[in-house]
Amino acid sequence: MTRIYRYLLVTVAITIAIVATACSSAGSDEVVLLTHDSFALSDETLAAFTEETGLELVITTAGDAGTMLNQAILTKDNPIADVIYGIDNTFLSRAIDAGIFVPHRAAAIDSVSPVLYVREDMATPIDFGDVCVNYDIAALSVAGVPAPVSLADLTLPAYRDMLVVQDPALSSPGLAFLMATIAEYPEGAEYDWKAYWRDLFANGVAVSPNWTNAYTSRFSWSGGDRPLVVSYASSPPAEVLFGELAEAPTAVMAQGCFRQVEFAGVLAGASNEAGARLFVDFLLERLTQEDIPLNMFVYPTNTDATLPDIFARYTTFPEQPVVMEPGTIEMNRERWIQEWIDIARS
Amino acid sequence: MDPRVDRYRTLLTRTARWRPGIAVIIAIPVLYLGYFFVYPVISITLRGLTVDGSLSLQVFADVLKDDSLQGVARFTMLQAFLSTVLTVAFALPAAWVFARFSFRGKRILLAASLVPFVLPTLVVGSAFLTIAGPNGFLGVDLTGTLWLILAAHVFYNYAIVVRGVSSFWERIDPRIEAAARTLGASPWTAFRTITLPILRPAIASTSALVFLFSFTSFGVVLLLGDLRHTTIEVEIWRQTTAFLRLDVASALAILQLLGIGAILIAYGWFHRRTSIEFAHTAVDPPRPHTARERWAVRVIIGSMIVILGTPLGVLIARSAINPTGGIGLANYQNLFSLSDTTAAFIDPMLAIRNSLAFALAAASIGLVIGVLSAIALTHARKRTARAFDVFVMLPLGTSAVTIGFGFLVALGSPIDLRTSVVLIPIAHSLVAIPFVVRTTAPAFGAVQHQLREAAATLGSSRWRTWWSVDARLVGAALLVAAAFAFAISMGEFGATSFIARPNSPTIPIAIFRLLGRPGSVPFGAAIALSTVLAAVTGVAMLVIDAVGHKRVRGEL
Repeated sequence: MTRIYRYLLVTVAITIAIVATACSSAGSDEVVLLTHDSFALSDETLAAFTEETGLELVITTAGDAGTMLNQAILTKDNPIADVIYGIDNTFLSRAIDAGIFVPHRAAAIDSVSPVLYVREDMATPIDFGDVCVNYDIAALSVAGVPAPVSLADLTLPAYRDMLVVQDPALSSPGLAFLMATIAEYPEGAEYDWKAYWRDLFANGVAVSPNWTNAYTSRFSWSGGDRPLVVSYASSPPAEVLFGELAEAPTAVMAQGCFRQVEFAGVLAGASNEAGARLFVDFLLERLTQEDIPLNMFVYPTNTDATLPDIFARYTTFPEQPVVMEPGTIEMNRERWIQEWIDIARS
Repeated sequence: MDPRVDRYRTLLTRTARWRPGIAVIIAIPVLYLGYFFVYPVISITLRGLTVDGSLSLQVFADVLKDDSLQGVARFTMLQAFLSTVLTVAFALPAAWVFARFSFRGKRILLAASLVPFVLPTLVVGSAFLTIAGPNGFLGVDLTGTLWLILAAHVFYNYAIVVRGVSSFWERIDPRIEAAARTLGASPWTAFRTITLPILRPAIASTSALVFLFSFTSFGVVLLLGDLRHTTIEVEIWRQTTAFLRLDVASALAILQLLGIGAILIAYGWFHRRTSIEFAHTAVDPPRPHTARERWAVRVIIGSMIVILGTPLGVLIARSAINPTGGIGLANYQNLFSLSDTTAAFIDPMLAIRNSLAFALAAASIGLVIGVLSAIALTHARKRTARAFDVFVMLPLGTSAVTIGFGFLVALGSPIDLRTSVVLIPIAHSLVAIPFVVRTTAPAFGAVQHQLREAAATLGSSRWRTWWSVDARLVGAALLVAAAFAFAISMGEFGATSFIARPNSPTIPIAIFRLLGRPGSVPFGAAIALSTVLAAVTGVAMLVIDAVGHKRVRGEL
């Protein structure tokens, strides 16, 4: 045997060794969490889970929420995790229908507003955020127009070429904003959401593929050309905290908001189902819930949790945000998006 | 007589006969790509096309009939073709300068030319909007036009052609062209009739890469195009995340693969490998000595600096704008204190360490598998070689969604790799392998048989022959391949983001997360981290170059 084969054999052997050692074997003393890329909790909170339960938390991240749900559905016969966190109400029904969950009634569920409960306790509401139009206070005053107060205002000539939204087919705030307009201008009405969107396009609305492009490239506060942007009700406090500012430079239009609720659930076929239940309970505990706002910029669902100062001070709580039933969303989501694309392309 | 001559005599004579050595060499890449590419892709497409327990092909008919999808397919091909032509047109003169002249700053420029390659599309897209967006400083708004997409593709792919072609070009003996000139040919005629035909395999090889990259372009098209200007790759993602339509996504992925396969076959047939043999080792070329040469070098290098430097300059300038206004290094300071001051959602230092480790692993795998493939290509029978050539290119034409989800459904047993950290370098290596093959195969094909035979006759073992002849002659190509493989891994985002992976972000993933938050501090940190990525990559390229320089240069 010449030396070259020996080298090749060694390479193959090393590869196999690496692969073999890297294979993860989930023990009963760990819980595997499947979550999206935006998941964050403080180290202290994560350590508290291990302290309370003796279980180690293994975090598996999976891209955005849509990608994560696809992964969970694809692996439901042999799940890659025990518990999933971060499926929102626009996709919840699909997840439940696909049978990825087993029911779980979380210990602290009584502290959550019953509006958010899920049928048969298939999933547990952990946090929520409102998708609202944000505006750049200074840019609007330079332009000499008052802040818009309703979705109807956005089609007025005063706000021509001012708004940037996200493509609902690619972005979850984009989808949420579409839902908000559908709730405001329901199907069957004389002036329905499709008529509204035609007016929006006629008024020069810009479409970005995702939140980052809309907010950091197009929004005038970040140096772009548009003073109105679809973002979150929590964006102004985030600007204060993450911009080292004394006052929020942006504000929220309190009408026409859509409430996104994020859920956690125990995965069917989990190798550590008991641990998964403990983790869902842990997510709803008061201390964890109070850690959520500053890490993920959403609100806790547990009404016993107190909001951090900065949230209480700079957040606008929308008047009557749209809360849409997940079943309704599931039934219509694809059709709505397709119809929206048709309007946008024409 | 040295008994080894007898032992290796067979090497001299058996060129057409079946050689078990080649079988082993070809088996390793086939097994690797088979398990980590073919098997996952087949598994996920079968899963996607299975409706109610049985395979359904109805979706193909639906997809093919869909007018808007046809438009998407046409646009995908058009922009890929134009991107390739433009990139080659802009980059070929630079390849000539790098191959034929020495000048100050050459090695740094060569290292820097790979930097665009690793930058996240979100960041580059934003830089292009600063240049030619709604408030762009050029004063024209090109958002949603084909032009901005093409400009970004030239920016990203420029280095592929410059590096791939110039490493080949510098091994062509300049005396051949000089001889033609002495015989009365004009410089243009000498180039067209002598150099261009010799260069053809390298140009064909690299332009195929550019074409594939542009064909499957995702982020650039998403950010700089609009709803009417999208690629099949974007459509696959849209079908997956928005509609959870794995059947349509699978059909699109298969059609994209078939289309790419057909284009590659046609391409290979058109550019049948003209095996040019050369023995010229690259010595450092002379400095430009006539006034004309000096001007040519200045103009060409100047245009290269404008093309690659403007978006990079925008990026660096933005990284120096402090979150609270003013110029300074606050973004860089924040980068290293973010995890203390605010929520611990990202640790940039950890991301840098992760990225370097993954890139090292991915580049090693990519080099081993890619070089074995390239050797196999040059030694296998013609038809096998041509099929294999198309096969190794396919990962580059496969959508990131397909690869990410394919891992998930295929790699659960015998060892459960589905959430293993090794999948990240493996996914990166799939993108790197076509690059390694394309940059090294033309060089392997060009090694003179006589040299190899001479070495064997002089008594060196087969391994020694390979090391002292082939490795030496293809050394420059190997360096380029190593640099590309490393850079690809440093910058890879698409496939990584579809893998279920341990919570250990790479730099591009960290940048993406930072950009997903409101506030000027995370935004500034993201831009700073992008420049750090650029710098780390640039330094890595210099190191790779320095390590290899000694071995590659000099006479045989």
